Amino acid sequence: MTNTNTSDRKPMIECRGVHKHYGDYHALRGIDLTIRAGEFFSLLGPSGCGKTTLLRTIAGFEDISDGVVMIDGQDMVHVPANRRPTNMVFQSYAIFPHLSVAQNVGFGLRRDPRPARDKAAAVEDALAMVGLAGYGNRAAHALSGGQRQRVALARALILKPKVLLLDEPLSALDRKMREQMQVELIKLQRQVGITFVLVTHDQEEALVMSDRIAVMFEGEIAQLDGPEALYSRPASRRVADFLGVMNFLPARVTQDRAEGVLVETPGFGVVEIPNRNVSRANPDDAGPMVGFRPEAVSLLRAGQPESGNITHGTIDEVVYYGDMTYYDVRMDGAAGFDGIAPPVRISMRNVFGRELPDVGTRVRVSWSPGGLILFR
Amino acid sequence: MAGNRSETAQGLTLITPPLLYSVLVLAAPLFTILAYSFLKDGYLTVIREFTLENYVQVWGDPIFRRIMLRSLGVAAMVTLVTVVLAFPVAYFLSFVVAPERKALWLFLITIPFWTSYLIRVFLWKVILGYNGVINSGLLSIGIIDEPLTFILYNVNSMVITLAHAYAPFAILPIFVALEKIDRPLLEAGRDLGENRLMTFWRVTLPLAMPGVVAASLIVFIPTIGDYVTPELIGGGKIPMVANMIQVQMLALDNRPLGAAMAVTAMLVVAVLSLAFVLVNRRFLKVQR
Amino acid sequence: MKGRGLRIYSILYLLFIYAPILLLPVFAFNSGTVIAFPLKGFTTEWFAQMAGNATLRRAIANSLTIAVSASVLATCLGIFAARAVTRFRFPGKGAISGLIILPIVLPEIIVAMSLLVVLLSIGIRLSLLTVILGHTLICMPYATLILTTAFNALDRSLEEAAYDLGETRLSAFRLVILPLVMPGIVSSLLMSFTISLDEFIIAFFLAGNEVTLPTYIFSQLRFPAQIPMIMALGTVLVLFSILMLTLAEYYRRRGVARTGARESGGLL
Repeated sequence: MTNTNTSDRKPMIECRGVHKHYGDYHALRGIDLTIRAGEFFSLLGPSGCGKTTLLRTIAGFEDISDGVVMIDGQDMVHVPANRRPTNMVFQSYAIFPHLSVAQNVGFGLRRDPRPARDKAAAVEDALAMVGLAGYGNRAAHALSGGQRQRVALARALILKPKVLLLDEPLSALDRKMREQMQVELIKLQRQVGITFVLVTHDQEEALVMSDRIAVMFEGEIAQLDGPEALYSRPASRRVADFLGVMNFLPARVTQDRAEGVLVETPGFGVVEIPNRNVSRANPDDAGPMVGFRPEAVSLLRAGQPESGNITHGTIDEVVYYGDMTYYDVRMDGAAGFDGIAPPVRISMRNVFGRELPDVGTRVRVSWSPGGLILFR
Repeated sequence: MAGNRSETAQGLTLITPPLLYSVLVLAAPLFTILAYSFLKDGYLTVIREFTLENYVQVWGDPIFRRIMLRSLGVAAMVTLVTVVLAFPVAYFLSFVVAPERKALWLFLITIPFWTSYLIRVFLWKVILGYNGVINSGLLSIGIIDEPLTFILYNVNSMVITLAHAYAPFAILPIFVALEKIDRPLLEAGRDLGENRLMTFWRVTLPLAMPGVVAASLIVFIPTIGDYVTPELIGGGKIPMVANMIQVQMLALDNRPLGAAMAVTAMLVVAVLSLAFVLVNRRFLKVQR
Repeated sequence: MKGRGLRIYSILYLLFIYAPILLLPVFAFNSGTVIAFPLKGFTTEWFAQMAGNATLRRAIANSLTIAVSASVLATCLGIFAARAVTRFRFPGKGAISGLIILPIVLPEIIVAMSLLVVLLSIGIRLSLLTVILGHTLICMPYATLILTTAFNALDRSLEEAAYDLGETRLSAFRLVILPLVMPGIVSSLLMSFTISLDEFIIAFFLAGNEVTLPTYIFSQLRFPAQIPMIMALGTVLVLFSILMLTLAEYYRRRGVARTGARESGGLL
């Protein structure tokens, strides 16, 4: 996480009531969004949620059906893509296969009035910035995936845009390369100070890289928050479900109080959930639910002293991940109001050399009301 | 891309020149022929008066019927021969030839198709003729005592010539269809206990059928209208429908009647092709 | 080895396809005046005869004029069609492409006859120009198919990237699209040229009093005395066509390699 506080910066991108129709299909349904200068901002959502359309709207590749898009205080609606202060890193990288690396990076400098020598120096600087110094004469089609990505970055950044748009830039890379590029992108963004807008469907990527994240479903922004707030206090069940793992248990609201809501939940009994953990944006079918992350509760080893609230249960499944393990636990009394409740998933860091409990082991589950979220 | 004009408008603007050309040079003349076929023939001129007389005459004409049937027969024969002979080659190309060699094979197969059509047709006359390559060759080795005549100036020689001319056209669509088959499907077939032959019969062939149907049509339709082969191989004595239309249109200068023949021939071909596609529709549905 | 039988069969098939073409040079250099076995002796007389033939020279000049014009026209129209089909969505796309591709399956006699009837009825005199008209029509489908493959191999975001980097729609086309489809354009030109050069039916009916290579050949096939020279001419033409097609294939493949796309098959 970059964690720089950008809340006091001026707005760089403002979308007001942006709609986009393709025939009958309503791709964007009234997007209101402010992205601040110097921010690393992510648009996160499943495929078809409109995140790429929104990015292309900002870039100027798509006309909007209604609304306003402003960049740095200027109305962009009638400004074509080639005159917007934005540059894009494409999902396929779109490296021109008939040009060399240097020609690719210098492509946007064609209309630049500077002498050729200065432009060549600028290209070399840009290549150095992305760690490709000396690669200028290579043929573009001979590059590896990671190198193409860097060339695409250099090509966009050399024009010093106000906003850099990244359309799923890491999705074509393998996992190791992706994690490495994530860190490099964060450093690069801090170095150049340009506003980055990233489109991704990978929640982990968004959490790692962004100052703020807009989660989108079906052409609408479902929640806009910092990574930590988004993860620990999702505004709706859908957001909670999309970001990471969340256990859901049916709940019955018994009393609204000043500091919180009193609910009854199978397994946990009657609990008061603090107001900050109550999400009200759930116009829902299934009634109120209590949710918690797998790491919000923990299993106690035999002999470990108890603290806070304890519920007993039986291990139903053990899923080993190397550094940590998921335990699916059937909590006593969790049969629920209507009979069936699935086992809850609890994650524990593994301690090197310590044996894992087996399926069927009786365990104690330690929890606190602060780790529970009420969706009503 | 954001612009003032929509995608649709840009696409339509771009397609206009080639579309206009096709409409003016292809569609309009075809419609003219259609219109002519309903007009009366005056001597050396066309009278603008609606009539069905031409069709009555064409359909009642035993000579036209015989020639049409002969053309259909020859085309059907050619199609059958071409497709059956081409299938193993397409199969070989798709399943045996190494991927990097495929383009070379395809190139070798297509080359003759684009070169010296007339001379190739003529050479079959030389090869098959009374004193031709086959006869003179066989005579000189002593296998036969007198020239074979069954390959000479007749429907057989036309079929051989046309089958040769359209060979690459049959291979390509079948090859493309075979290439589209997921190789794991065939492994699945064998995995499920079928032997090679049954896998071919139950998996490969049905999946290749769209290619076979396309190949059949792409050979059948142009062969029906072939003009050169009957002229050169048949010696003008066994005309096909193209030759008859030409004679009617130009030599006899009865354009409405010629037009009615052309329309009738196209109609017959269209109906037969459609029927062929319908008969095979269960195979065509498999595609994706 | 897998498929040995198939391989032998395919080689025999290839031999069948090439049989007439292989016979051409045999008779072109045969001193006998009758095209039959056994061969007589070696001669280059027929080639000499060919070189001294004034009508043939005129036919060659005409054919080249027609082929160059038709291939350029067909390729230009093909560029429009291929670009429209691969890049834009518009109503009636299928039907329009169908109409453009139609001449591939339509018997040429139908194209020739209907065009002839229209030309005569509106009083246009038959000339090389009318042949060019017809040849452009029948070359256009092949040009469109070749160019569609070329345009299809392009990643759409290449164009957007150029636009995004400050180029206009037009300069993006010139700087990015055109260089990348250039091999396809060359391939289409060569292919159309070869088709036009070899086309007989349309030239036969639409050329009026002018003579083209195929119509000249057709007229000479009736005279047995001329056949050996036609064999010589055929040999030259086949070699020339193979050269053109090889170049076309070379450019098509270079185009595929340049855009980094996967090899997809032959000329069609």
